[in-house]
Amino acid sequence: MSSGKKSIRALGAKLLDGAELPIRIAITICGWSSILFVGAIFFFIFKEAAPVFPHLDWGEFFFAHRWIPIPAEGNEPSYGAMGILYGTFAITVVSMFIAMPLGLGAAVYISEFAPPRRKEWLKILIEFLAAIPSIIWGFIGLVIMGPLIQKILGVEVGINLLNASIMVALMAVPLIVSISEDALRAVPDSYREAALALGASKWEIVYKVLFPAARNGLLAASMLGVGRAVGETMAVWMASGNTDNIPENFFNPLLVLERVKALTATIAGEMPDTVHGSEHYQVLFVIGIVLLTISVIINVVSDLIIKGIRKES
Amino acid sequence: MADSQEYSIQVRDFNLWYGDFQALINVTINIKPGIVTSLIGPSGCGKTTLLRSFNRINERYGNVKTTGEIEILSKNILDEDVSVASLRQNVGMVFQRPNPLPISIYDNIAFGLRAHTPRRSLRRTEVDHLVEEALTEAGLWEAVKDNLKRKATGLTLEQQQKLCIARLLPLKPRIILMDEPCSALDAAGIERIEELISDLKQRFTIVVVTHNMAQAKRASDECIYMYLGEIVEHSPTAELFVNPKEEKTAMYIQGRYG
Repeated sequence: MSSGKKSIRALGAKLLDGAELPIRIAITICGWSSILFVGAIFFFIFKEAAPVFPHLDWGEFFFAHRWIPIPAEGNEPSYGAMGILYGTFAITVVSMFIAMPLGLGAAVYISEFAPPRRKEWLKILIEFLAAIPSIIWGFIGLVIMGPLIQKILGVEVGINLLNASIMVALMAVPLIVSISEDALRAVPDSYREAALALGASKWEIVYKVLFPAARNGLLAASMLGVGRAVGETMAVWMASGNTDNIPENFFNPLLVLERVKALTATIAGEMPDTVHGSEHYQVLFVIGIVLLTISVIINVVSDLIIKGIRKES
Repeated sequence: MADSQEYSIQVRDFNLWYGDFQALINVTINIKPGIVTSLIGPSGCGKTTLLRSFNRINERYGNVKTTGEIEILSKNILDEDVSVASLRQNVGMVFQRPNPLPISIYDNIAFGLRAHTPRRSLRRTEVDHLVEEALTEAGLWEAVKDNLKRKATGLTLEQQQKLCIARLLPLKPRIILMDEPCSALDAAGIERIEELISDLKQRFTIVVVTHNMAQAKRASDECIYMYLGEIVEHSPTAELFVNPKEEKTAMYIQGRYG
């Protein structure tokens, strides 16, 4: 009986040995495919945008606030995207002002202060928050947050930079919480005991020991939050007002109540109206390249930061 | 009270539970100042729990219940009005694995000081002086004086453990608790830490938990033998090892169990 089993096992092992080469080839292909996909994406987007490179006025694109892709009869279109670049920048900055304190605070609470059962519940809820589709956030921005901003701040339009930033912030928070919480949890417990035994309070431990010890992880968390904010499309499109607009005074906090237009929302909103291969179509792909470049930079930087963590520990 | 002069830690009818499990049973002992007292016994006998009760760091687990009294510096530290922070200023602790904080050597030594004094009343020169004094006393000054800004986690294990002892000193503690302070070190390191302990003992009450019988014999003046949460015997070290009063102690020190 046992020898029978053994011979079956030996046969299985032999078959597996024989299958090893094809399996290895298949796995290798899977591994390389992701590189292939990334390469293909870059190639495709560059290919679509390339014809416009020689005659696009780059100075105008980056530094002029004049986005008129479909001009009135008889006028030349102009592609000054500074207002749109500003829109994405503004949403990113304002949303991070909301999301970082919120996310970091939540991570500290979950990892250091919450009793074990509440910790589990909060983590599940936050994961749920991460799973909400962005169209739902846009919807919330449109029908709930908009009127709320109108009522509370007494303004005429509630669909604006503030609204979009709050929506993006709420979408970025789960990401920031989970990565920050990982970083805090990775801090050895012996550090906490050491500080506690020296008479430090729990709060002192958080900002004198845990923040410095988890610094890289917290930085990576905020970088990924930024990436989320830059790339978000649907909620931004719906909640920002989608209007190309640069404030006159950057130091006036009321600029958060103005409507803005983001890079992502521009592509999503205008692509359906363009003729395939037209100049407008190609310029939208140039915007795509700008977005892709930003997200590559953010990913590489946060990757380097996370690698830094591993090296240290 | 004459008593509280004579003893620096007095434990009376102390019981401790982790949830439903009773880890310490009717512990009553008096620990003298100016000497090293070892807590010995097999794993799980409650010696570390008892040690961690003296600075109430056990409480961080949340499911700990106690009855009885622990009197330190004429005050029952289990009373509700006790400030845990000032208790820990008076009662320092050294851990099994050296655990310097991941900040500079200088900041490690100044950490306790900064936690206990309002920032404005600390003068830079004063902190500099206390840091140098503490590192000198721990025999570390010569090795690190040019690298005070370096991260403390980059030191050797022996240096780290010396640093962990040194960082208690600026707080002027009365009692130093040590939980197997040498178990992560090599033979040479053990020897130097033991030397350091005996240098320090005149000025402090030192309580050491150890698994190492030879170390208890070498480095301590009195020994407390614990078994299953109870105190079995508390005698001068020489006596306990040569002429134990209890049979359980005798069996343990002969290596019959534990």
